[in-house]
Amino acid sequence: MDSEIAKIVERVVSGESSARAEVEKAIATAKEKEDLHALLELLESEALARADGIDARIKNGENVGRLAGVPYVAKDNFLTTVGHTTAAAKILENFESPLNATAIERLDAEGAILIGKANLDAFAHGGSTENSAFGPTKNVVDPERVAGGSSGGSAAIVAAGVVPFALGSDTGGSIRQPASFNGAVGYKPTYGMISRYGVVAMASSTDVVGPLTRTVADAELVSEILAGPDGRDSTVHDNYFLTQTSDKPLKIGLIREFIGDGVDSEVVTKTKEFVDRLKAAGHAVEEVDLPMAKYSLAIYYIVVPAEVSSNLARYDGVRYGLRSETAKSLDDVYGQSRDQGFMPENKRRIMIGSYVLSSGYFDAYYLQAQKARTLLIQEFDILFETYDFLIGPTAPTPAFKLGENTADPIKMYLADAMTVPPSLAGLPALSLPNDANDQGLPIGIQIIGRQKDDARLLSFAKTMEMNG
Amino acid sequence: MSLGSAGEHGSEITGEIENYLVDEYLPTIGIECHVQLATKTKLFSSVDNDARDAEPNSKVSVIDYALPGMLPYLNREAIRMAARAGKALNAEIAHESRFDRKHYFYPDLPKGYQISQMYQPIIIGGHVDLPIGGRVRIHHAHLEEDAGKLTHYGDHSLVDLNRAGTPLIEIVAEPDIHSAAEARSYAEELHLLMTYAGVTIGDLYHGNMRFDVNISVAKPGEKLGVRTEIKNLNSFRSVERATDYEIKRQIELIENGEKIVQETRGWLDDAQQTVSQRSKENAQDYRYMPDADIPPVVLTDADIAELQRDMPLLPSDYRSQFETMQVDGSVIRVLLKDQNIAALISETLAQSDVKTARKIANLFVSSLAGEDENAGEADDTPASALPSVEHLITLANMIDGNELSSTAGKEVFNEMLAHNDDPKSIAETKNLLQVSDEGAIAVIVDEVLNDPVCAKAVADLRNGEEKVIGFLVGQIMKRSQGKANPGLAQKLIRERL
Repeated sequence: MDSEIAKIVERVVSGESSARAEVEKAIATAKEKEDLHALLELLESEALARADGIDARIKNGENVGRLAGVPYVAKDNFLTTVGHTTAAAKILENFESPLNATAIERLDAEGAILIGKANLDAFAHGGSTENSAFGPTKNVVDPERVAGGSSGGSAAIVAAGVVPFALGSDTGGSIRQPASFNGAVGYKPTYGMISRYGVVAMASSTDVVGPLTRTVADAELVSEILAGPDGRDSTVHDNYFLTQTSDKPLKIGLIREFIGDGVDSEVVTKTKEFVDRLKAAGHAVEEVDLPMAKYSLAIYYIVVPAEVSSNLARYDGVRYGLRSETAKSLDDVYGQSRDQGFMPENKRRIMIGSYVLSSGYFDAYYLQAQKARTLLIQEFDILFETYDFLIGPTAPTPAFKLGENTADPIKMYLADAMTVPPSLAGLPALSLPNDANDQGLPIGIQIIGRQKDDARLLSFAKTMEMNG
Repeated sequence: MSLGSAGEHGSEITGEIENYLVDEYLPTIGIECHVQLATKTKLFSSVDNDARDAEPNSKVSVIDYALPGMLPYLNREAIRMAARAGKALNAEIAHESRFDRKHYFYPDLPKGYQISQMYQPIIIGGHVDLPIGGRVRIHHAHLEEDAGKLTHYGDHSLVDLNRAGTPLIEIVAEPDIHSAAEARSYAEELHLLMTYAGVTIGDLYHGNMRFDVNISVAKPGEKLGVRTEIKNLNSFRSVERATDYEIKRQIELIENGEKIVQETRGWLDDAQQTVSQRSKENAQDYRYMPDADIPPVVLTDADIAELQRDMPLLPSDYRSQFETMQVDGSVIRVLLKDQNIAALISETLAQSDVKTARKIANLFVSSLAGEDENAGEADDTPASALPSVEHLITLANMIDGNELSSTAGKEVFNEMLAHNDDPKSIAETKNLLQVSDEGAIAVIVDEVLNDPVCAKAVADLRNGEEKVIGFLVGQIMKRSQGKANPGLAQKLIRERL
């Protein structure tokens, strides 16, 4: 499918439309879709003022950039100087950032216009946005169902047609799974392709920034702008992202564990239909084994809470954010502020993380999990010696009902079973809309690539878009 | 976290016990030293690292403040300094080192964790030879960031984050020290090594080097006793005195049949006592974890060689040079206190001879005498403010050639310290050159010998009382305003009597 962003830029630059008109249209649509609760904050006046500035520059004959006048939304864990940055958590409810995340800076520099901040599970902990301190986002197809998460707001706002792209973050599936649930494209780059600077940290070793879009071409365009070092995140690789075209027949592995027990039958059917389309396009597809996949969630829910417990230690009520008004001692400031400011899921992960890091348990849990993680990475490495890409469904089911899994964290965690393995291995992975079930609920296919093979992954995904 | 009262744990302890009892025990002492690195910016942010005399919280970046989403960005200068510190410690530099997080909650620790190196430190092994004899092995030294500072006022506390994120290396020694004097010597030598290597300003007053001393006592041959740790000593004197006090406190406890509690103790400088701060039962679980935000520091042999290139001479290098001048150990000690002066003497030695260099060394020592032995001098004299080697050699030659009396020599030297001028012009301007013109001195000699005031002395000398010649020479010096060559004056007196 053609880039929607490119069309907007063409309209704005040619004078057929204007940045203001594009922003007004996006804001009007956002207001129409308010019931989704995809946005925590709509930045109407700020966005219009910026649009006017861009229109003036265009009138002046200036080259405004590759995203001139394109409205977008950022997940509310991206630091922005406009509006608030809450991470959908009470502890940051009134937080105003003095600086922009690198991703925001780079989009701004190309003329994009931030029109709102999207809902998420508080601190990105969750897979349904039901952990947002400000209420869940609804699925764009069925308001009784979840939007997925944690980038649920970003996925819904894009799928609803408000903006052509939104920024998300993905730690264990937080871009891909909500993209799958809402019928959007969700792309998680290789760990370290895009700077995390200014993104509220969840788990430092798997957090990545990525776009949610309606077309793969737009994911490619936005990624090209975001990729590369910024001198502020030392885990970012030198920029290797160079767009390319894919026309050769490829060898593709279908991960057997991802279509096995516990996976929704319609999801399996749609995945097999995708395999048929691959074969029809001339690609070779074989079923492959990833035995460590079954341990991935166990690994993930040790390593990630450990990092979470560490990364959330700074929210202590001392310098910024919520500080309990009833606190009388230093211990109260810590205990009460954190108790009042964090959601139950945040606390659960802090407790698990503190436990697995404590002396006497570190070796048994944390270190063991890291060793298992290495084994998983080795299994991926071996498969990639033979296969260009690995595929499987993005999630075991389509979007579930609001409240369906909230009482059972393990059931909730299972929704990440297929997105977690590439996260643990730092691999690029993309969720591509792959039709819908009987009820019209979107289903996604996940394409996983080798580390740093992002550009080829996107060019391949472009050739496999439905209606493409 | 408040200091315990001095009465806690061992109120019976006097700290004064019979020496023969002390001599029956062997103290075992290990020292950990935090050295603040003299990098331009902090360890993980680009804010000015030297916050001395700065307004509170004026040297704090969004990273030091731990805003959400901020990431540490390693300062490579700190790696260079660690490599050089390692060289000065005769240690190995790790080909791969990593950073870890040490967690605890405290208002001066914005992230809720300190970035340190728990598992793979950058400096491994090494040793320090003590000038008083003995060798202290180094276990390892690691890089870490400092915390901020908390000041308590009545019912509230104020946080200053200027120091938060300042790079430190923590040097962990093996317990090879067995006396308070050795503890002090180690601390002093470490200070010299680190300042000479150029890795720290070494300002002890501002906490640039802080010592934690671990002490236990046991009778020789017995297994090691329970140890206590005295934290945060920031002067050589407090290292020595606290160690001495703690050794005696522990021995006294044992002699009284009491148990030593494994604990952290603080040193009260006013009371000259250590006091209990925190026992092991209350020890924190720091939940160490690798820091995924910082890639491992990977250094090849070539990288390490480059980082350690052009190391300055170290105290031990100077010591062996200066020993050839056959001066007292105390002279060497004083010279080494100022690296630029040590370098100047070394250069003088290279350009002249032992006798000349010794003369200059002694001039420096007498002008430096009286400086506080215990102070960790903040700054060396800038090399540009010191006299040039050429001028110093000239001065030594003038003294040697009787152009200047030793008193006048000192005066010229002091003037050279103030203004690096040619000693000849200083002596001329100040009218200090010795008169060695026989005719001119003979006139004065005749005046003195004919002066009635000296008549008795002249008579005594004639009667063989040699001592009085000094009086007569003194008179000549006085009349010549100190410029007469005393040797020549004496010779002329003898010729006439």
